[in-house]
Amino acid sequence: MQYMLLIYNAEDNGPQPGTEEFGPYMQGYVDFTKEVQDAGKMLSGDALQPTATSSTVSVRGGKTEVMDGPFAETKEQLGGFYILDCDDLDEALAYAAKIPDAAYGRIEVRPVMIFD
Amino acid sequence: MQPPVDAHITRVIREDWGRILSALTAHVGNYALAEDSLQDAVVVALDKWQHGLPEHPDAWLLTVARRKAVDRLRRTANASRKEQELALFLEQTRPDQEEAGVIPDHRLELIFACCHPALEEKSRTALTLRAIGGLTTPEIAAAFLDKPDAMAARLTRAKRKIRDAGIPFKLPDAADLPDRVEAVLRVIYLIFNEGFRTNGATLTRADLAEEAIRLGRILSALLPQDAEVKALLALMLLGDSRRHTRMDDAGGYVPLEGQNRARWDKAKIREGTALVKQALADGPAGPYALQAAINAVHAEATTFAATDWPQIAALYDLLAVRAPNPVVAINQAVARSYVDGAEAALSLLDQVAKTARLETYQPYHACRADLLSRLDRPLEAAENYRAAIALSASTAEKAFLAQRLAALDPT
Repeated sequence: MQYMLLIYNAEDNGPQPGTEEFGPYMQGYVDFTKEVQDAGKMLSGDALQPTATSSTVSVRGGKTEVMDGPFAETKEQLGGFYILDCDDLDEALAYAAKIPDAAYGRIEVRPVMIFD
Repeated sequence: MQPPVDAHITRVIREDWGRILSALTAHVGNYALAEDSLQDAVVVALDKWQHGLPEHPDAWLLTVARRKAVDRLRRTANASRKEQELALFLEQTRPDQEEAGVIPDHRLELIFACCHPALEEKSRTALTLRAIGGLTTPEIAAAFLDKPDAMAARLTRAKRKIRDAGIPFKLPDAADLPDRVEAVLRVIYLIFNEGFRTNGATLTRADLAEEAIRLGRILSALLPQDAEVKALLALMLLGDSRRHTRMDDAGGYVPLEGQNRARWDKAKIREGTALVKQALADGPAGPYALQAAINAVHAEATTFAATDWPQIAALYDLLAVRAPNPVVAINQAVARSYVDGAEAALSLLDQVAKTARLETYQPYHACRADLLSRLDRPLEAAENYRAAIALSASTAEKAFLAQRLAALDPT
């Protein structure tokens, strides 16, 4: 099954660039990505730019509206994601727990809808 | 109409339900389909078995249920290619073991799926009662005082999540096993406590407590090496041994102090105590073993005055370190009050209240009131009794606390 692991954290939470912890934290992502790649589980994954760069689009009555920022002004924002090919939920949850931000924010694990 | 026959058939079916369902789930690879198909088979059985049970009712049910699964897959008008393939596969195969007349037991896998932490807690308890206990949805709804529709919707949501989120039907990895067993134990103990929860005028909902004990026995047979599994079974048996003495004839709550110990269930106490000893022999005591041991010490005292309080207080001290929570803290204070006196217990309780939020917790006020009344401080005791009464949700408990309040001597 395919699972999307969505990485949520407040942008000012966790190791920040320029601090001593930032290096090991980023190395954690390098190691995790290599682990899922080597295990043949990685389908895709990326970090996202901060929400300051985000725009929201909606179309109502044929009219397109564009707004600055993410849809919901919550403290925890989507910061990145992985899509992994796992045997079952237990495997996906085990990988989610290894994502460095699991220790600071939280990881949502969602099965990807497959249309067959 | 043959009610006795129906009751017998229902019992046979419930006894075999979990094992057949687990075997069927392993075979069709889809819990919801397995449950629906087995239910179809039960409907046929209730009709056909009126004139006599087949030689092997379990094998009969499994065979019919498998056929019903194929029917269900075929009937799905817009069956996907995958479902068509599964129907064909099911028609053409029989699991090897079954040829030998043995139904494979996959209940453990089924229990772990039903108690998966990715499911909502209440759904875990309902699903476990349905899948392993063989209770019907209306029975589960009645036990939880829920509407049948709401319970049915809850079970449907849970089954959909099992399927769509890929909750596995397998034994957890060794690394996850302790946590997952703990989750299963928690579900079974929740069911037991639900059976004991004071609610409205009735204190005991015996059926759920009995179901929980039955589940505890099943789990204990499936995981014979696990000390905490044994300990939970012991804890439930010992708690249940006092069931008939927790309430007086008028439905009023009777505390341990006032219970008629001659009416405690000796057989349950014997079995529970033997299990505690086994659980404690297997290495460091876990939280369930400690709680069961405390109950065993209470059970062996012939009178309240004869209670071995130093032993109980020592066990609560260990439990307070191993599994700290408000319930344990309050019971620890009660036990300490009979060893070190009410004054020492009161300061222990107030110490705990500083770090844990106990202000809205009924037993905290009831315990404090009792300690204060024993210290001849009736005005403060009355204050705590009033707070406890206001926080209690049970009529029987409120009446008991009001009695205590009225008995205070304000001079």
